[in-house]
Amino acid sequence: MPPAFVAQDLRKRYDATEALRGVSLEVGEGEVVGLLGPNGAGKSTLAKIACGLVRQSSGSAEVAGHPAGSAEARAQIGYLAELFRFPAWVTADELLILHQRLAASNGGSGERTELLGLVGLPDAADTRVGKMSKGMQQRLGIAQALVGSPSLLLLDEPTSALDPSGRKVVRHLLDEVRGRGVSVLLSSHLLSEVELVCDHVAILVTGEVVRRGTAAELQKPRGIQIETGSGTRLIEGVGRDDAPRIVRELVEGGESVYGVEVLSSTLEDAYLEAVGEDAT
Amino acid sequence: MSRLSDARVIVGYAVAESLRRKVVAVVSVLTAAFFVLYGLGVHFAFEELENRPLAGGDLVDEQALVGGTIFGLAMFAVLFLGSVLAIFLTNGVVRGDADAGLLQPIVVRPVGRGTLLVARWAGAAVATTVYVVVVYAVSLGITTALGDWSPGNVVMPALALALAVAIVGVISVLVSVFLAASAQGIAVFMIFGAGLVSGLLGQIGEALSSERLVEIAEIVSTALPFEALYQAALYLITEDETGVTRTAIELGPFGGSQEAGAGLVVFSFAYVAALLALAVRAFARRDL
Repeated sequence: MPPAFVAQDLRKRYDATEALRGVSLEVGEGEVVGLLGPNGAGKSTLAKIACGLVRQSSGSAEVAGHPAGSAEARAQIGYLAELFRFPAWVTADELLILHQRLAASNGGSGERTELLGLVGLPDAADTRVGKMSKGMQQRLGIAQALVGSPSLLLLDEPTSALDPSGRKVVRHLLDEVRGRGVSVLLSSHLLSEVELVCDHVAILVTGEVVRRGTAAELQKPRGIQIETGSGTRLIEGVGRDDAPRIVRELVEGGESVYGVEVLSSTLEDAYLEAVGEDAT
Repeated sequence: MSRLSDARVIVGYAVAESLRRKVVAVVSVLTAAFFVLYGLGVHFAFEELENRPLAGGDLVDEQALVGGTIFGLAMFAVLFLGSVLAIFLTNGVVRGDADAGLLQPIVVRPVGRGTLLVARWAGAAVATTVYVVVVYAVSLGITTALGDWSPGNVVMPALALALAVAIVGVISVLVSVFLAASAQGIAVFMIFGAGLVSGLLGQIGEALSSERLVEIAEIVSTALPFEALYQAALYLITEDETGVTRTAIELGPFGGSQEAGAGLVVFSFAYVAALLALAVRAFARRDL
């Protein structure tokens, strides 16, 4: 079974600007991959190439083994753009019906009801888009992206207009779709959100992947903080594996140890380091 | 899903959009105002004719002259209002909707870009055809009821006008691939105006026997065939008239009628197909 999405040495040039400079990335089946990066890093361009809105200048991109942008590839994806709008005159239900027809989904009203429930809009079926808040429209956008049970979900800043409870709904939703084997490529500025839901993270800077791995792999050990009878000590340059030895040495030296905390950098620290900004 | 099913979904979407957008309400109000004014115009024109017959009335079929001229004016209004509707319904179909973020959620679905574009035009063409036929029929009803005159050919002029408006729509769709919504609207209105001016230029050229003016008008008419279809429709409403009456009608303020055969219709359909192919090709290469 081919991966949900594979990009190899992907390059995209807009006139004089090189938006992507040889990006290689893979999203496995049922995997949630987070894309981090500052504005203009190429995150949206990568998502747009994956769903066929933008054509790469060179390199290859495949969705479930099909060239990105082909009808077969588009049949596999659900997409929510960072900047999107739905016609103000349609109701939520009508919008989902339209996308069911376009995606050849035979889920009927059951699918629509389920999706609206999943995004926390169970009573909005007859509400016109024009009457919805931006947050409601974003939730509806996610429901729209899930129409037809896509195998790859491309979400570009899906929580930018949501309040904390809305973000929580989206986190639960991502857990839910992951449970169904759906792969997700999630682009976000919210590091905490990415840290909570993503299996892997890739950090893009000026069109290149500069760091990748699990959130834990991207974080670096910062040392161990030990609370002793003579005060709190910070021992830098050591990690979790060193903790038993250090505690033993302290106790043997006559110290009383009341608590041990292994310190590591946060994803935010790793991100800021990757994009070349001072964490302080 | 087949392309036909995809197209049907998009046409349905486009028609629903055209019915529920405010532009339809605006066009309906304008059309109602036109009917009232046209009814008054027809009433007074024929009343005047009854009270004060035209000079040289024994050489001219006065009823046909007044009826043909005033109904020709109504047909111009049908062409104009239909074109306004076509331009609004196709406004921002590609670049405008893409800039607003309306297009992307639909384009990423399996429906092809070509199918989407052709179906959006077809949806607008369905709506404008219904509009043109209805406004034409009501105008005809008013003319017949108040003036006791009806055109020689009833059906073909309506179809020619509907095709002319559909051509304005396809021009608008092509322009929408390249220009943002407001620039698109302005550009298409200017193209529409250029087509009308070329028609008048041709009339002037014929009156002055200027081959160059006529040639220029013909070139523009080929590039923008909606004007030629309008002139053909004008010819058809008085096709039965002959002699001085025919000449008088052709010289009327909104005359400019030109006989055209099936060749113009064939050319017009080929023109629509060519412009759609061009628009689809340009759209397929555009990053969104």
